[in-house]
Amino acid sequence: MSTIIETVGLTRRFTVREGLRRRVLTAVDELSVRIEPGEAVGYIGANGAGKSTTIKMLTGILVPTSGTVTTCGLRPVADRRRIARQVGVVFGQRSQLWWDLPLRESFRILAAIHALPGDVERARTAELVERLDMAEFLTVPVRQLSLGQRMRAEIAAALLHAPRLIILDEPTIGLDVLSKQRLREFLVEQRRSHGTTLLLTTHDMGDVERLCDRVLVIDHGRLVYDGDLAGLARASGAERVLAVVLAEPTPDLTDIPGARHLASEIRGLRQRLAFDAQASTAAQVFAAVAQRAEVLDFTVEEPDIEDVVRRIYARGPQYHL
Amino acid sequence: MAEPGVGFGPRATARVYWRLLRAGFRRQSAYRAAMLGGLAANTAFGLLKVAVLFATVRAAGGEVAGYDVGQMNAYIWISQGLLGALNLNGRSEMATRVKDGSVVVDFLRPLDVQAAEITIEVGRALFALISRAIPMLAIGAAIGMALPASAAAFPLGALSIVLGIVLSVASAYLVGVAGFWLVETRGIQICYMVMSGFLAGMFVPVALFPPFLRILAQATPFPAMMMYPVDVLGGHTDVAGMCGRLAAQVAWLAGIAALGQVLTRAGRRHLEVQGG
Repeated sequence: MSTIIETVGLTRRFTVREGLRRRVLTAVDELSVRIEPGEAVGYIGANGAGKSTTIKMLTGILVPTSGTVTTCGLRPVADRRRIARQVGVVFGQRSQLWWDLPLRESFRILAAIHALPGDVERARTAELVERLDMAEFLTVPVRQLSLGQRMRAEIAAALLHAPRLIILDEPTIGLDVLSKQRLREFLVEQRRSHGTTLLLTTHDMGDVERLCDRVLVIDHGRLVYDGDLAGLARASGAERVLAVVLAEPTPDLTDIPGARHLASEIRGLRQRLAFDAQASTAAQVFAAVAQRAEVLDFTVEEPDIEDVVRRIYARGPQYHL
Repeated sequence: MAEPGVGFGPRATARVYWRLLRAGFRRQSAYRAAMLGGLAANTAFGLLKVAVLFATVRAAGGEVAGYDVGQMNAYIWISQGLLGALNLNGRSEMATRVKDGSVVVDFLRPLDVQAAEITIEVGRALFALISRAIPMLAIGAAIGMALPASAAAFPLGALSIVLGIVLSVASAYLVGVAGFWLVETRGIQICYMVMSGFLAGMFVPVALFPPFLRILAQATPFPAMMMYPVDVLGGHTDVAGMCGRLAAQVAWLAGIAALGQVLTRAGRRHLEVQGG
């Protein structure tokens, strides 16, 4: 099937009033992107970088100032309702469920809104209830659900009509580790079984790592990176960190080749070493440390997304791989 | 799965609105304490109206503006029974959704936003009607309520009540969508609340108003929400009068629903252009 999302020179400006003065703010600046069916794309950037504005233009809630946007082959603003039938959207901060009704009622209403035939409705609801483990709270009013339960319910609500494209805005925000993991597993599986295209904005590197095979980084409305995750870490030059627990107090390990000593604790029993992900491997650094002292335990910390994005930003605009 | 969106015929549309109506109904049924509180308030104010308006009728020599004691009694308890179901305060969920931005979620659905909001609210109103009108009518019957002369008053009255409810909900929706342009709609809502109850005939029948006020009331949709259904069901008018009131209700509803469509579209357009 044809391209799912295509933007050409997509631009959106807002006029902001500051007292008596007016200032024009460019939220999205000449964004040109193509997303093919079945792709899973992480859309990342700092707060205010233009992620939500882009999503609103993709779904027809905002009119572009200039440029064009096509979603599922349709023009979002003119074909809002037709697009709504093919796209599922979750805004992490906004609910699409009926607050004071049992959860099951929300699914019933949404099934009717999307005109699912009775048998399809039953089968799809059963599938989602089972996969997202919602059976125990299906009859509970939505306002009484925990955050983790509600987030699963929101995702189910967005996926009930088996949309071709799912747009998730901060889907795992505020969730505990286990809930995050479950949700990610579910999304991976949905993508595999239904060929769904996934576009998600997130601040969580784990989301991007486990869900996405392509990453777009946006900074001040401009696309500054488009490529895979490994390339992103490479391009950013972000450092990984090896944290070791040693058997005996040891002087600071300042002379490990390819690594930089960050900190020591408890008279050198615990030490942290940073290394460039491109220049060295964790194994090389570990081997060098093991020659100097007996290692009891170790962990490798991946660069966090904020750091990667900060570094990409620091390299200036239009850095494409 | 089959191409979504196929089969959006009249049956599928009816199913959506039926489920929304039922959802509103169920939603309201969850608030039992509010229902009992409302019932107590309706009863107390009903008895107060009995005291004041019966005295008025008697002071006027047994009839005032066409109302004898029995008809006044019917007016009092039918109007008290409708109070729970009618939206005369101008508040709406739409106002909240526009203000906090969740209306964006509504625009992401393949659905008419105005029709969906009104349907849910009407569902709520129908629950309130059943739970609050029946006790009021029972009190009225016990005290001696006038019955309509013609049997046609019952089906026409039921229709008129439904029209009044939908009209009240559709008008309150207009206050809500004003929020697309105004930061705060509470000012409008309070003005609306102050005017609507009085002009709808909540305190005294519109027929008792001085002439200029009666004309003013009839220039607004408010009497069509409460006074007309009460007139039709309370035996205060003949069949021709009933049909005239129903026609006025339909006309108001058509106008207000059309205005709601226009404002919803303009509001969406405003969001699209100005940003939400």
